[in-house]
Amino acid sequence: MTRQPGMAAKVNDMSKLQVNDLHKRYGQHEVLKGVSLTANAGDVITLIGSSGSGKSTFLRCLNLLEQPQSGEIIWDGTPIAMKRTRDGSLQARDARQLQRLRTQLSMVFQSFNLWAHLSVLENVIAAPMRVQKLSRAEATEKALHYLNKVQMDPARFAHSYPSQLSGGQQQRVAIARALAVEPEMILLDEPTSALDPELVGEVLTVIQNLASEGRTMIMVTHEMSFAREVSSQVIFLHQGRIEEQGAPATLFRSPASERLKAFLGTSLRSPEPFATPENKPFVSSI
Amino acid sequence: MNWHVVFDNLALFLWGDGTRTTGLLLTVELFITSLGLGLVMAIPLSLLRVSSNPLLRTPVWLFTYLFRGTPLLVQIYIIYFGLAEISWIRSSWAWTYLREAYICAWLAIGLNTAAYTIEILAGCIQKTFHGEIEAARAMGMSRWTQMRHIILPGAMRRAIPAYSNEVVLTLHCTALASSITLLDLAGVGRSISMRYASPYEAYIAALVLYAVFTGLVFLLFRLAESKWLAYLRPRSTHP
Repeated sequence: MTRQPGMAAKVNDMSKLQVNDLHKRYGQHEVLKGVSLTANAGDVITLIGSSGSGKSTFLRCLNLLEQPQSGEIIWDGTPIAMKRTRDGSLQARDARQLQRLRTQLSMVFQSFNLWAHLSVLENVIAAPMRVQKLSRAEATEKALHYLNKVQMDPARFAHSYPSQLSGGQQQRVAIARALAVEPEMILLDEPTSALDPELVGEVLTVIQNLASEGRTMIMVTHEMSFAREVSSQVIFLHQGRIEEQGAPATLFRSPASERLKAFLGTSLRSPEPFATPENKPFVSSI
Repeated sequence: MNWHVVFDNLALFLWGDGTRTTGLLLTVELFITSLGLGLVMAIPLSLLRVSSNPLLRTPVWLFTYLFRGTPLLVQIYIIYFGLAEISWIRSSWAWTYLREAYICAWLAIGLNTAAYTIEILAGCIQKTFHGEIEAARAMGMSRWTQMRHIILPGAMRRAIPAYSNEVVLTLHCTALASSITLLDLAGVGRSISMRYASPYEAYIAALVLYAVFTGLVFLLFRLAESKWLAYLRPRSTHP
């Protein structure tokens, strides 16, 4: 199941997403002090680091949910055109280009962020219909496919509302929603951090299945054993800078920096290592 | 007790005297047209009310402040008696409408409920969970699409309980129309009570009819809430 690090990079040597020297400041506080990243098709890049290290902010800058102060985002070889706003941050210049970027680079949030007044099915078809202008029938067909993929049986759940679902179920719907626009890359912002411990496994299983399908993902996570399992590359951020990066095998086995050693020392002592699908009830049919 | 006073004039209490609409029917007519005006105004204006642009936000704020900050009875008087004092209004095309007491009452009550509805809706729009807006942005929705498909539908649903209050208050506000010659339910009550010198029976009859109609409005809102607020029900009700 586990892909070898760097395998996909050789398949496509043109990078999908390239980020150069990203800086982000909140008032006087500089959260990102020049972070760069290259993601190739098929990569699973994990961002780790203690809270406040800037990893979520960095992820949210990639689709411009947060506006960086400087830096460059290049998608499929084309830089995202930026303009400077009055408060000194950068904003997409072209709304259409931004919209295109955001549908090709969909996102899964820590707190699910499903639309509460829409049913499960309506949540999943909203963006295909309202952004990509698919017909309801086409969008529904996709939605059913992806709901099945995340193990949310549409026959049972299509007409439920988010408030009627458990956290794990909501997050799987949110993943189906992110998949339904058929993105080229998925950003996951601590997808399991808001879940009760017993629900983490079902979501990780879904994400692992996506990884083994060869989907390109960038993920912020605190699940170290999971990161080790699925990543092709791990980036350790510390105080807004990349402290260390590399293949998970080397990074986790022999961390070079003292800070990563210290960080792993505290994180790896977490009680429950990630359970592989083989010993979980959520074995996917994908 | 002279209940025959009521039964002899039942048609007047309920719908009219053959030449004009009166009583409950006039009240319902005024109620529905005023609510319609209020709602049609409130949806776009509540969007302006929450705008970050002060040029869009401030006029709407001023409108809601004026209409919520002054008594409806005075507003009705100003529109009915006050506008008649202004000569260019008297000579304009609008005068054919503005000299009608019904139009004046409709305008005053409609604008008044619009002001309250704008504030209810604007409050619900502002209380949208930021994560829902963030998800809409991240999915590539334009601001207009976010507003139309995510923010407004959610806010309008959450506004239903507060709006049901506003609707019932508006129903009761229509009684003020009787102060400018209209024979709505309250107007008929007064007219009959004075003609027969039996205020008790006449007003009780009006109250009963108001209460029955209010009950119907409550029932409609109960149905609306169970249909459109189903998503707020807790998990335990799910099989």
